[in-house]
Order: sequence, then structure tokens, then C-alpha cells
Amino acid sequence: MSSNDRAATATVVFLGLAFGVFFLVPFAGLIDRALHEPRTWELLSTSQVQQALTLSLWTSTATVGLALLLGTPVAYLLARARFRGVAALDALIDLPIVLPPTVAGVALLTAFGRHGLVGEPIEAWTGFTFGFRTLAVIMAQLLVAAPFYVRAAKSGFEAVDPQFEKVAHTLGASRARTFFRITVPQAWPALLAGIVLCWARAMGELGATLIFAGNLEGKTQTMPLAVISALEGSSLGLAGAIALSLILLCVALVVLVLFRAVASRAPGLS
Amino acid sequence: MKSLLRFRLLAVGLFAAPALIFAACGNDDSPPNTSAAPSLTVAARSSATAVASPTKAPLTGDITVFAAASLTDTFKEAGKAFEKANPGTKVAFNFASSSALATQINEGAPADVFASADSVQMQVVTDKGNATAPALFATNLPVVVVPKSASPVQSFSDLAKPGTRLVLAGPEVPIGKYARDIFINASKAGSGISPDFSDRVLANLKSNEANVRAVLTKVQLGEADAGIVYSTDASVAANDVKVIQIPTQYNVIATYPIAALKGAKNASTARAWVVFILGADGQAILAKYGFGKPQ
Repeated sequence: MSSNDRAATATVVFLGLAFGVFFLVPFAGLIDRALHEPRTWELLSTSQVQQALTLSLWTSTATVGLALLLGTPVAYLLARARFRGVAALDALIDLPIVLPPTVAGVALLTAFGRHGLVGEPIEAWTGFTFGFRTLAVIMAQLLVAAPFYVRAAKSGFEAVDPQFEKVAHTLGASRARTFFRITVPQAWPALLAGIVLCWARAMGELGATLIFAGNLEGKTQTMPLAVISALEGSSLGLAGAIALSLILLCVALVVLVLFRAVASRAPGLS
Repeated sequence: MKSLLRFRLLAVGLFAAPALIFAACGNDDSPPNTSAAPSLTVAARSSATAVASPTKAPLTGDITVFAAASLTDTFKEAGKAFEKANPGTKVAFNFASSSALATQINEGAPADVFASADSVQMQVVTDKGNATAPALFATNLPVVVVPKSASPVQSFSDLAKPGTRLVLAGPEVPIGKYARDIFINASKAGSGISPDFSDRVLANLKSNEANVRAVLTKVQLGEADAGIVYSTDASVAANDVKVIQIPTQYNVIATYPIAALKGAKNASTARAWVVFILGADGQAILAKYGFGKPQ
């Protein structure tokens, strides 16, 4: 190796390691602090933590379910359709990914709040309000997390050769049958990867939820909100925030392992 | 040869860059903020020249004041007055709930002064040895606020009406604690509204907000039917909210302590700030915004 190459390699290795350490230190610090805090295990069994965990788990799952139901048709449309609005729809679906979550929260408020574009007429006609409900939590999570599923699903459908679908039609299969028997089985690693990403993003959602849904134990206080409340001085305190963070870190690690296992089988996703 | 030299210069630059960045960061003195509460760090500059007291050395340097969210407007004005009276000083603020601030101070956030909205959170700080000898500098009165447009809440007892959307600050936030104490006062045998008043009111609770200003915002937006904030906050939002007084026999008086912190980088200016707030000038500004005298 010439000395040029050696210098280049050394620089790359140094930068890579330095950046790696930057990523490692916060999590090592969190784990260390959590394991040295005597109250960690006691705090993990308090009702506030249990409620936050349960709420986070079931709202994220509901969000994923809705994303599957509503997002799959959109993803298929984006993958196959050739009409003029496709690019615009594509950009619109991608918007929440680049938007700061707090902005998403403000946007939801201006749309579905009691004086909102949609919220005000709905309250006038039916008396129904969105704010402070668990539904608002799911809406906030759906807005920020569904795009991740749609993107993954779209790329999965694009990878399925339309020829297979055409052949199925010529053999007499209906569109629905073709979709479930031909398209989905070929696209399923991408769909699964999208589900995992969507679920993880929903679990971590904070800004939009805080602004749109409020913060009440058992109803709207998801895990990230419980962490914030703990830091704001709730009875959980800093030790509680650290304990909660430990749980979320473990969840994130599991998700990461799952995603990598599934995405390695999906074209264009890992 | 030329490309080797260029490459070596680049490598040195890349190694040196992190070192330079760390050096630059060492001069950054804005406080790390671990809470999501809307907190503002303001460094207003002194614009007028004023004569420093001829009998002692003029104060200089920067201080960071951690203050309860309800003191936002008042302290910002006091900061400008302090800088005018002491050219060469700069006052920066971190406004958040007193409970969040106490947590940050105990975790080592670089603060010089702590002004809390109740003695409980000040005690959290003094118990850890981070402050000594706090002094009361103001009092405040909790009130009920409702949106100016129609609200089902027209009186204090309406808070127990089923279906009311009530928003409070979290139970550790001073105003949140004061509110819950008020509801308990209104549930006492004899003078209270009813023994289950507090339970019925808390059944209407829809959200525990991070600080008093977040409660105010929910009421201003009309998302909440009612909230409990300080009378000083209600005046700030007079255009959007209506005030409903809490009956005196149930109400509590909020007492605000202030203390210079042990870890203050600029102890003399920190003490001077405390003296300023306790003195005639500071008290006049507090009174202007509706705060009461310390008792």
C-alpha cells in the first residue's frame, strides 16, 4: 500500500470509529445509569409506567393496522398507476417524514381541533371532539408513521413484475385474487419491513401527540410522554425517565434486529 | 508529490477539526435544556449607559436565571432594567415549570439563580445542597380561566359539572399542586362545596400540561373548557380568556422564593440579581404585572 493509501485508510478508520463512539456513548451511559439506580425495577412496576407501556403498545399496533388497511391501496396505486397526480400524491405521502413532529401536531390541531377546519363542523353536527382522546393519539401516530409503511410497500409492489399479474388475469383470476395470491406473496418482505418501521415510529412519537392529544395517564400518556412528564418533575422523577428510556431502548433494539432480518430479503430496502 | 502533500494537509485538517469544535463549544454558555417545556433563553443587551454606584466596584459578567414560567414577562423586563443599571452585565433566562428547573439544577445545569413558584420545588434544590437561604420575593393568586367564547363553566363550582374539559398543570408543577390543594379545600366538611368535589372535578381532568403557560394555551385555543393558572398569566392572555375568581375561603396564595445557587459561576452578580428583585426596583416591576408583595 502506498503511503497515500495508508493515510486515507487511517483517516477513514479514525472517523468511522469516532462516529461509532459518538453513537455508543449515550446508550452505554443510559444503560449504566439505569442499572446503577436502585429504584429502576421498583419504578418499572408502578401503575404510571405500566399504563404508559400498555397504551404505547396498543396504540402503535392500532396505527399499524390502520396503515395496512388504508396505506396498502395507496402504495399499490403509487406503484402501478400512471396518472398525472401520482407524483403529487407521492410527495404528499412523504411530507410527514420530513416534517418536524411538532409541526404535525400543530397541523392536526388546526384541522381537527375544536376551532379547526374539520373539527369545528364535526363538533357542530355531532358534538364529537378529537382532543384529549386516545383516538387523537392514534391519529397523531398515523400521520407521522404511516408514510414509512407506504414507502416500503410501494417499493415492494414496484419490485413485483407486472407480467405476473397480467398472466394471472389472462388465466381468469380477479384483481383481488391476483393481488392476494400473486402480488402480496412476492412483496411481503417489503411489506413486513414497512410494518416494522411504521410500528417503531409510532412507538416513538412525541411532539404531535403532546400538542394534539394532551397528556393524561392511561388515556393519552404514551411512553415518550411519560418520559417527558418524569423529567418535568412527576413522581417518577429522573430515575423514572431513565427506567422508561431503558425499556424504549430495548424495544428499539428488538425492532432493529427484526427489521434487518426482514429487510435483507426485500429488494431495495436494506 | 503534490497530491501527497494535499492529502496530508486534508488528513491533518480532519483530525484538527474535532479539536477546534470542542474548543469553540467550551465558550458556549447557554444552559442545556432537558425539558420540552417552552423555555426561552434570552440574552438582552444593555443599550443605555448608566452610572454604576460610585461606592462599590461595578458588576460585570453574565448570569443565567432559571425562573418559573409564570415569571416570563416580568423577569424579562426586570432583566433589561438590571442590565441598564449595571452595564457590562447580561442576564439570560430559562423559563419552565419550577419542577423541571429543579430537576435540571440538581443534575448540574449551569444556573446562577433559581426563582421558583413554590417552596416545595425550592426545597428540592436546597435539600441537595445546591442553594441556601432562599427569600420570598412575591406572591400570586390562582384563578380559573375559560375561553372567551362560550364555555360550560361560569363559576368555580361548575368545574365539577360532568363533561367539562378541565386542563391543569401536572401535579408536581406548582400551579398544578396549588389547584389540587384548592379542590381539596373545597371538599372540606362544613365550609366546602361537597365532600366529593375534588373527585368530581378531577374526573373532568383531560390533560396534565408541562407548565402554566401550556395550560393557558389550551384554554386560549378553546380546546379546554377551563384551566387553573395564575391571575398574572390570565392578564397576559386577556384577549382570549375570561377569568373566574376562586372563592377566597378555598383559594391558596402562591409564594415565590428566590435563591442564588451554590454552583453559580458569577456569584456576586447572582447575589446582586436577588437583591435587585427583592429591592424597590424589582418589586415595582413585579407589582406592575400583578404579583403581590411577599408575606
